[in-house]
Amino acid sequence: MKQLDEIQLRLLREVADLHEVPEGAYNIRANGDSAGRASTSNIEIVPKQKVSGIDIHIKPGTKNESVHIPVVLTQSGLKETVYNDFYVGRNADVVIVAGCGIDNCGNQDAQHDGIHRFFLEPGAHVKYVEKHYGSGDGRGRRILNPVTEVHLEENSSMEMEMVQIKGVDDTERTTRAELKAGAKLAVRERLMTHEKQRAISVYTVSLNGAGSSADVVSRSVARDDSYQKFDSRILGNAPCQGHTECDSIIMDRGRILAVPGLEANDVDAALVHEAAIGKIAGEQLMKLMTLGLTEAEAEEQIINGFLK
Amino acid sequence: MLELTNLSFQVHDEGRDKGILRGVTLTIPDREMVVVTGPNGGGKSTLARLIAGIETPTGGSIRFNGADITAASVTDRARMGIAFAFQQPVRFKGLRVLDLLRIAAGKRLDVSAACEYLSAVGLCAKDYIDREVNGSLSGGELKRIEIATVLARGAKLSIFDEPEAGIDLWSFQNLIQVFENLRRNIRDSAIMIISHQERILAVADRIIVIQDGAVLRQGPKDEILPTLIGTAAAVRACRQADQGGAQ
Repeated sequence: MKQLDEIQLRLLREVADLHEVPEGAYNIRANGDSAGRASTSNIEIVPKQKVSGIDIHIKPGTKNESVHIPVVLTQSGLKETVYNDFYVGRNADVVIVAGCGIDNCGNQDAQHDGIHRFFLEPGAHVKYVEKHYGSGDGRGRRILNPVTEVHLEENSSMEMEMVQIKGVDDTERTTRAELKAGAKLAVRERLMTHEKQRAISVYTVSLNGAGSSADVVSRSVARDDSYQKFDSRILGNAPCQGHTECDSIIMDRGRILAVPGLEANDVDAALVHEAAIGKIAGEQLMKLMTLGLTEAEAEEQIINGFLK
Repeated sequence: MLELTNLSFQVHDEGRDKGILRGVTLTIPDREMVVVTGPNGGGKSTLARLIAGIETPTGGSIRFNGADITAASVTDRARMGIAFAFQQPVRFKGLRVLDLLRIAAGKRLDVSAACEYLSAVGLCAKDYIDREVNGSLSGGELKRIEIATVLARGAKLSIFDEPEAGIDLWSFQNLIQVFENLRRNIRDSAIMIISHQERILAVADRIIVIQDGAVLRQGPKDEILPTLIGTAAAVRACRQADQGGAQ
């Protein structure tokens, strides 16, 4: 593996909890180049020829293996679009850890747009973790625009954990999923925006097969002058179950637009949405203050718990 | 020791000042369990909230262990050793029962110690310790967790605002035991309970009756309790049950 500098190593720890070269298959991308790559006998990582990115092939029946594909950017002004395709074989059960960390000390924007496509064969299961993190004190913005496409064959399932807690100035996240019979999708998004940051998250989930289900849940906190939009649409095109929930705390001058959407195109589609936005309840602060916390400590505990 | 001197609380309502508390003077010494009772709307809960610092008095003073705390913040009072159990417990999305008990204890309480506080309020600890303190818990469960957080504080003065409110009859038996145990282990602390319940009044060392914002009478339990039986200040649990559960 190429030698990474201290900042790049710190970003790797933030986005992928990586303290050393990961076990199993991995591809580490730093400032637009591959900084290290390894395949295993069951998981093959192949670079794409015409565009930036990789194809990840996971053999049928692969169990208890993981793939790490973190990206770090420390070069101000670098803009890249990367295409990663995951082909997950029948009845495989794997963990995929992605994530992008940007440290921008310069005055030009740094931007990473990751286009991820997942193709799960029948019975496959993937737990996908994606963390976004930004740091650096330059005037250049840190921009991430991930696009995720999920194709779930019969009885396959995917759990997605999307986390963006600090430092990303501008995000437009687009997630599209198609589910066949008996397939399941669970999304847990956690988001906190500060200062003048802007985060937009759009989900479109099509439940096309009988017995398919989706549960898309976002918890977010908007502080300072930041803005968030959560737009989650579930289409029930078969007998299916769909649930989407947006639960948000606003602070300071933060603004949030929640647009939960349901479209039932089958009489046996059962779809539910919930959305709640509000500031931290005064009585919650008061309760923790009667336990000896200051108002600021109480606020921190409430937000940490909420985003946990 | 807690000393209230001429404590008043006024609100401005419908164009005129209304006295919720009108010059309350009383002392709660250490090693004493005091139950404050009286008709609804008499100012009992306001008194408890003024002591905890949640409301600010419009007149008078509060001294705690010799220090004037009239202007002290809720946090400062908590750190000086005042604990408060809310009449209506607060829900938190994401905070677990264990988190709340750890905050209350002010230290990294280990799980077995946390479980002891839950067992003390009649909850099967392992079923609750990792639960979120949110809407998935019933009113009675939340109430018992609320009381457990006050136990975990090990405070010099513990205030319980109508601990029986929202608790079913079965849990109520447990609650009485909690207070009997607290009374037994009172050592150098003091306990103040706001309650109408005859059986809670029966655990008290001293009873204070508050009516229309003032102390109507106070004295040892044996002296005051007989004068209250059958009044709104001392309700039997079974009568509440007949009326559809504890209020």
